[in-house]
Amino acid sequence: MTANDHSPNHLQLTRGGQLRHFLTLDGLSRELLTDILDTADSFIEVGTRSIKKVPLLRGRTVVNLFFEPSTRTRSTFELAAKRLSADVLNLDISTSATSKGESLSDTLLNLEAMASDMFVVRHSQSGAPHFIAESVTPGVAIINAGDGRHSHPTQAMLDMLTIRQNKGGFEGLKVAIVGDVLHSRVARSQIRALNELGVEEVRVIAPGTLLPRDVESLGCTVEYDMERGMKDLDVVIMLRLQNERMEGALLPSEREFFRLYGLTEDKLALAKPDCIVMHPGPINRGVEIESSVADGPQSVILSQVTNGIAIRMAVMSMAMGGQMSERQQAQTENEGSRA
Amino acid sequence: MSDMNSMAGGSLRITGGTLFDGQIERDNPGLLIADGRVAILGASALEASADRTLDASGCVITPGFVDLCCNLREPGNGQKGNIASETLAAAHGGFTTVCASPETSPVNDSGAVTHLIREAAASRGVVRVLPVGAVTRGLKGELLSDMAGLQKAGCKLLGNGSHTVGNARILRRCMAYAETFGLTVMFSPENQALAADGYAHDGQVTTRLGLLGIPEVAETAAVAEMLLLAEETGVKLHLSQLSCARSVEMLERARKQGVPVTADVAMHQLVFTEEALAGFDSRFHVQPPLRSEADRQALLAGVEQGLIEAIVSQHQPHDSAAKQAPLPATEPGLSSIESVLSLGLELVARGELSRVRLLQALTTGPSAILQESGALVEGAVADLCVFDPEQTWQPSAKALMSVGKHAPVLDRPLRGRVERTLVQGQEVWPASSAPSL
Repeated sequence: MTANDHSPNHLQLTRGGQLRHFLTLDGLSRELLTDILDTADSFIEVGTRSIKKVPLLRGRTVVNLFFEPSTRTRSTFELAAKRLSADVLNLDISTSATSKGESLSDTLLNLEAMASDMFVVRHSQSGAPHFIAESVTPGVAIINAGDGRHSHPTQAMLDMLTIRQNKGGFEGLKVAIVGDVLHSRVARSQIRALNELGVEEVRVIAPGTLLPRDVESLGCTVEYDMERGMKDLDVVIMLRLQNERMEGALLPSEREFFRLYGLTEDKLALAKPDCIVMHPGPINRGVEIESSVADGPQSVILSQVTNGIAIRMAVMSMAMGGQMSERQQAQTENEGSRA
Repeated sequence: MSDMNSMAGGSLRITGGTLFDGQIERDNPGLLIADGRVAILGASALEASADRTLDASGCVITPGFVDLCCNLREPGNGQKGNIASETLAAAHGGFTTVCASPETSPVNDSGAVTHLIREAAASRGVVRVLPVGAVTRGLKGELLSDMAGLQKAGCKLLGNGSHTVGNARILRRCMAYAETFGLTVMFSPENQALAADGYAHDGQVTTRLGLLGIPEVAETAAVAEMLLLAEETGVKLHLSQLSCARSVEMLERARKQGVPVTADVAMHQLVFTEEALAGFDSRFHVQPPLRSEADRQALLAGVEQGLIEAIVSQHQPHDSAAKQAPLPATEPGLSSIESVLSLGLELVARGELSRVRLLQALTTGPSAILQESGALVEGAVADLCVFDPEQTWQPSAKALMSVGKHAPVLDRPLRGRVERTLVQGQEVWPASSAPSL
């Protein structure tokens, strides 16, 4: 008996199928994902101009609501919003002060009183942006900047943009995601995006303790042995390993992890010669990746950062567009009912 | 309920409808209730004089439902519920007996607290309240509670609420000490080390949504341990709120080996699965978690076969703030007692459970665990429920009597409306005596 609509789309899409929030990639079509990539492509050019601004969000207020510390994601969201000519307010709210749900609701009420148009949310709890999108006044767009272990959709989309730039498309690609899949919101979003965009195979490579249960149900194959897993790869995505994983008895030591799952030149040589190396950052040199690989010719890690700004400009402008068309439609319907 | 006794003078005749006596359904031959008891069950009831007559045509007359696992939130948690509100909710759900969880503040771990709850229930409650005593002091799983004192004060069951007794040596001593007094111990089996910080079934939905999982083995490891300890100590063990297919298998095996074990399942476990969390719907954050479709099917089969004797509400009313947060930050539990019958009837309508088994699991099944009959026979206390299986009601915030408004179904009408609930022959639902059907 599952009466409710469990698809996240009733929340994040308008009736016309436009984005109005950007919470997860679950349920988003290949067309919409491609649309995001194409829109981002058009914004890359903006970043090369001497005046790096377009007026799409002029007069709008974007609040960066970070309940979890972040440097890169927050600054690329800030840059993206500013390049769209929005006014930006950065709020770093320590998780400890808002670990109670009541405070989160209260925080939102306060922020809504400031008449914001968009919240960019990062939160340590899976589903927090969903909760916020359900709670805020209609008309405020919510962009997920990473929630718990659930989703990091802008990161996954900037990775897709990077892959498309380097590989020309997705068809026939074999992509591996290596490392701590269990705790990774990035991996979940990447697996979803790669499947929707039509790659041939997504492979996760990790020890059993770092894989969630039934991980294959996400749309991937599993390989414990990295050397076998590197075979025929077009793209290898390394995940960051948090130091605290040793404490929960998930791994014996960083050294053993690097020996088995760290990306070295030797292991990279087992993939296709033009295999690209990606990492959502920040990288742990010598833990999940060897310095010479991170800085080597096959690494596209820095272009991921540049693409991050374009992707964030794309989803922010698209979600605001969806909110605007919804507002207009509501207005038209209102007038219609009055007439 | 002393005031009710004093009002129990008027006699009531119930005619028509289907009568479920605790074992089978048949046409109601005629029922006369007088002095709080079933005076006549048979055609002669139609001839006898009565102060009032209730025409139950189209309805089912059944013994009042008995809930082995219910949270009234009193004493100590007034913002979530109280004895008056939650026993009225129970009456609305057709329940006439509720076993109140010891998880209150103070914890019901002494005869004094049991007396306090029973007195409050006598003055403010509308259905019979049987306090469940805590098996360890403060539910902390460290020291034994005053079990004999609890029993003397009226506790028939001892349990540890939603808390685990993590130390197997203490669990063994709890059982051995309870067995001394012939007490039944009830536990919701969970291995805390394996459940850790989880709040959802470790499976495809947690993997997709990045939620922290509670693996099946967190329950089955605890079931195995408890069954072995019950076998050794000889205590009457009641496994409460089972959620896994494997637990049902282990229960069946233990039963065959003669281990004195009974079991219940919460209605929501029979109806919903892990998929209910797919939209981060915090209402369905329950503990033990909603598991897979295969688990649900096995639990249903367990009830149908009589391996699982009782269906419980596992009613956990909350204030709205407790559920208004990102799912991981919310408190577990549904406000469920008013929807149990309707959800059960949906299972019946879908052919997943027979109506007789549903009604047994809500009446004589749990009564037997309380060492009572629970049958609707001549001479029995007139605790009964009359429901119309075809009438619908909408579980809106207004329609729910519980302080907790987070019912499992809110957005559509449910079939199966309780028309009358009688406790000791007195109408406790509808709340203010309403005209006949």
